Amino acid sequence: MKKEGEIRIPSGCAISGILNKNGERINGEDIITSIELMRDRSNGLGGGFAAYGIYPQYEDLYALHIFYDDLVSKASTEDFLNRHFEIETAGKIPTRKKKGIDGEPLIWRYFVLPRRFKLHESELKESEYVARCVFRINGHYEGAYVFSSGKNMGAFKGVGYPEDIGRFFMLETYEAYLWTSHGRFPTNTPGWWGGAHPFTLLNWSVVHNGEISSYDANRRFVEMYGYDCTLQTDTEVITYIFDLLLRKHKLGLKQAVEIMATPFWREIALMSEEDQKKFEAIRAVYSSALINGPFSIILGFEGGMLALNDRIKLRPLVAAEKGDTLYVASEEAAIRVICSEPERVWSPRGGEPIIGLVEGRR
Amino acid sequence: MKKVYADEKWCLGCGLCNVYCRTCHSETNDIVKAHNFEEPRPKSRLHVETGEKVNFALQCRHCDDPKCVTACITGAMQKDPDIGLVTNDTDRCVGCWTCVLACPFGAIVRDEDAGKVAAKCDLCVKSGEPECVKHCPNNALKFEDRE
Amino acid sequence: MSLQLGWPDYMVIRDENRCIKCEVCAKQCANEVHKLDSDYDKMMADESKCVNCHRCVALCPTRALKIKVNDLEFKPNANWTGSAIKEIYKQASSGGVLLSGMGNTKPYPVYWDKMLINASQVTNPSIDPLREPMETSVLLGRKPEKLEFDKDGKLKTKMPPQVKLDVPVMFSAMSFGSISKNAHEALARAATDLNIMYNTGEGGLAKEFYQYGPNTIVQIASGRFGVHPEYLNAGAMLEIKIGQGAKPGIGGHLPGEKVGEAVSKARMIPRGSDAISPAPHHDIYSIEDLRQLIYSLKEATNYTKPVSVKIAAVHNSPAIASGIARAGADIIAIDGFRGGTGAAPSRVRDNVGIPIELALAAVDQRLREESIRNDVSLVVGGSIRNSADIVKAIALGADACYIASSALIAVGCHMCQNCYTGKCNWGIATQRDDLVKRLNPDIAYERLMNLITAWKHEIEELLGGMGINAIESLRGNRLMLRGIGLNQKELDILGIQHAGE
Repeated sequence: MKKEGEIRIPSGCAISGILNKNGERINGEDIITSIELMRDRSNGLGGGFAAYGIYPQYEDLYALHIFYDDLVSKASTEDFLNRHFEIETAGKIPTRKKKGIDGEPLIWRYFVLPRRFKLHESELKESEYVARCVFRINGHYEGAYVFSSGKNMGAFKGVGYPEDIGRFFMLETYEAYLWTSHGRFPTNTPGWWGGAHPFTLLNWSVVHNGEISSYDANRRFVEMYGYDCTLQTDTEVITYIFDLLLRKHKLGLKQAVEIMATPFWREIALMSEEDQKKFEAIRAVYSSALINGPFSIILGFEGGMLALNDRIKLRPLVAAEKGDTLYVASEEAAIRVICSEPERVWSPRGGEPIIGLVEGRR
Repeated sequence: MKKVYADEKWCLGCGLCNVYCRTCHSETNDIVKAHNFEEPRPKSRLHVETGEKVNFALQCRHCDDPKCVTACITGAMQKDPDIGLVTNDTDRCVGCWTCVLACPFGAIVRDEDAGKVAAKCDLCVKSGEPECVKHCPNNALKFEDRE
Repeated sequence: MSLQLGWPDYMVIRDENRCIKCEVCAKQCANEVHKLDSDYDKMMADESKCVNCHRCVALCPTRALKIKVNDLEFKPNANWTGSAIKEIYKQASSGGVLLSGMGNTKPYPVYWDKMLINASQVTNPSIDPLREPMETSVLLGRKPEKLEFDKDGKLKTKMPPQVKLDVPVMFSAMSFGSISKNAHEALARAATDLNIMYNTGEGGLAKEFYQYGPNTIVQIASGRFGVHPEYLNAGAMLEIKIGQGAKPGIGGHLPGEKVGEAVSKARMIPRGSDAISPAPHHDIYSIEDLRQLIYSLKEATNYTKPVSVKIAAVHNSPAIASGIARAGADIIAIDGFRGGTGAAPSRVRDNVGIPIELALAAVDQRLREESIRNDVSLVVGGSIRNSADIVKAIALGADACYIASSALIAVGCHMCQNCYTGKCNWGIATQRDDLVKRLNPDIAYERLMNLITAWKHEIEELLGGMGINAIESLRGNRLMLRGIGLNQKELDILGIQHAGE
């Protein structure tokens, strides 16, 4: 049986996200309850969470979460880490035994900063340096997989129902201002922890329900810019596109959405001349960044979250607001189970983004 | 009134208009029989003029003031007052050929085989659409009202 | 000498029961094959002159005619085939180079027919093109590395000139001289109404065609026929022709018989003179020379039009394409070895060059490896025969396709491959007034409109089946293709997996 990276595995799923726009932090109970309601959308072969604001005591360090198949791969990877990073502290990510979760790999986390001399020698920006180290480990270190590499955030994922994964990782002990979560229904049985969502790179995390038909066009586009699509998953390529547009090309969230879920030509024909020129340029330059096929995604980053559907809305996505909290999920019930009286509930149109930003951050 | 107009720019002088005109005016309406077996052999009501640089197919113009009608001694040549079509009543026609002389275009054909009567384009009233126009391979004939 | 070593290629078979002696065949054969014999009162045929163009077959009102390959046979020999033997007789008799028209006829593999397209089911819904928007438009031209916006979200970056096509198809270069003015008029009018482009070829551009300028690609070939500043600015895109798929490495040849008044004016050469394009451009002996020419053309047109460079598909196409992209070309056009021509030496046409499918896959992959694929647009030609070929080409990595043989077939060509004689019975590859008349641009225009419109619908159906509603998501999307009956090397070069994987 081939795993992700050796073969492309399509899947359907459930997603959910909770953001507090004031930066107030809550524990993982709510997000677990929300994703648990959508149990039928998963088949127990993958679940995961991303949490932002969980490591305030190490908020300037990169928190690397790594899976190891065995101690041999751990040793060689740690050798690489030691050569490239100063490790402030490291340890196993605490977990509890949970029925339904077994066969887990070794799960470790390291709080690191790039070694100053090596960083200077590489002449790269810090974020680019860390990204390349992550690609190196994931592409070349057999048996090791970095599944989270951001500051003051972390991904927690594995093979199992998401609610079980959440309890396995004791997420009720973490406090975050942004939680996203994902339950997976792959049409294959990979049994590999690294394949679950979210996919992360630096501070970006993406959970995704859908199967994009433009995958190979997108992949061959981002690979030109140094991204290694080792997992061959939609989520991976979507995350890389966001990283390319937002971090490397320094575009805003709105532009990224205009590129990835660009309006139809017949809609463009009705716009002002200036907008027509703008969208013609976007569709010319970023034509291979257009995501085609059904998707609903939640992009998490340190400044908030972005939820988006494909242009013809082939997957569900519902949003709600109460007070300072923004909720998005695949089903309204998954929101109401944790927020029974939202002030506002709505379903965004295809291609129309829902953006929630945290005050005081980016 | 819709008439057949020839465009000498596109006429190839191939003569297919003649073939279909004969077939349309035959007893059997079958191309092979009309050309190889029928007695009398049907006659084409078109003249295809060919030259080195220019060709065109000539047929009756269904004139507003038809000279053939004026010339006809028996009244066989008639212009229908409503639709404007000029036709020959072959029962009345005696084959004097005065119409042939009178027509300024030379568009009337002497049909000796069919009992010595005058034959002319009738815009294929039998089939509804002029066959020559329908079958011209190069759009050189048009059925239009240009008045 | 009355000893004929060869014999007629074709037999003219007439059903005497059906022949009505209308003489249409005789009147319409420029090779003077048919004749009404007044003594026998029968139509007779001199098959030695027949080229199998089917003009008589198509026009015979009773379908009495059939042209067949002459079944007179040599002793069966898989190596010394009938044509191999007859070609030697011809050359021994004439001492000349064998000439052919149209494209390579040899049974090399056609890779389009060995690739299969995907469809979406269950995990990803297919899209119904009759009820949902389905976008087939493409933009050709150089693309900047990224876009910049100001704080209000307005576009700051100045875009290089782009050409927009409603369907990812363009009519490829066929010079005025090799084909008739009526054929050009049909192509120009159809390109205009379809919102695509047509290409002047190396024959220059007659003044009355300037009105179709916005849909015209003006070509600058090695002979520089008809090239002057007005010409350059008349079109919407410029194309430097370095090579042509049918005859890589050699220049064009238009026999003096085909150079009449109009051709002479458009090409700026004397009447009746052979128009021979040199093999290389004599000012392009290296890649930096090409860069110089590209920028001279851009200067001459004030940087308002994209410049394309057309090459034939040969062994090191990827390296050449990479050089062309870096030399400043906005579009790279690659012509495969099956491409057509008005006249080419048979040995060059049948033995030089490589299939466009392989060249395209290799060039696209190389440009991506060098991270420059997004800078330029790729256009491919060299036997694109139907909409499935177009879809497969785009999945391999092309932005758009060039068609030429398909367009000519649409307006009447029967692939008799005798274009170089100038006696095209269909009015396409000829300059004789009486033959050119046979191609009525109104009829030809309609047929081209029909063909491309039909292909557009088929492309939409195939896209919808794959779950894609915008053609740019198919570009380079090789996972949508699977090979069948290909060996591992071929699969590797095409960058696709085998069906079943």
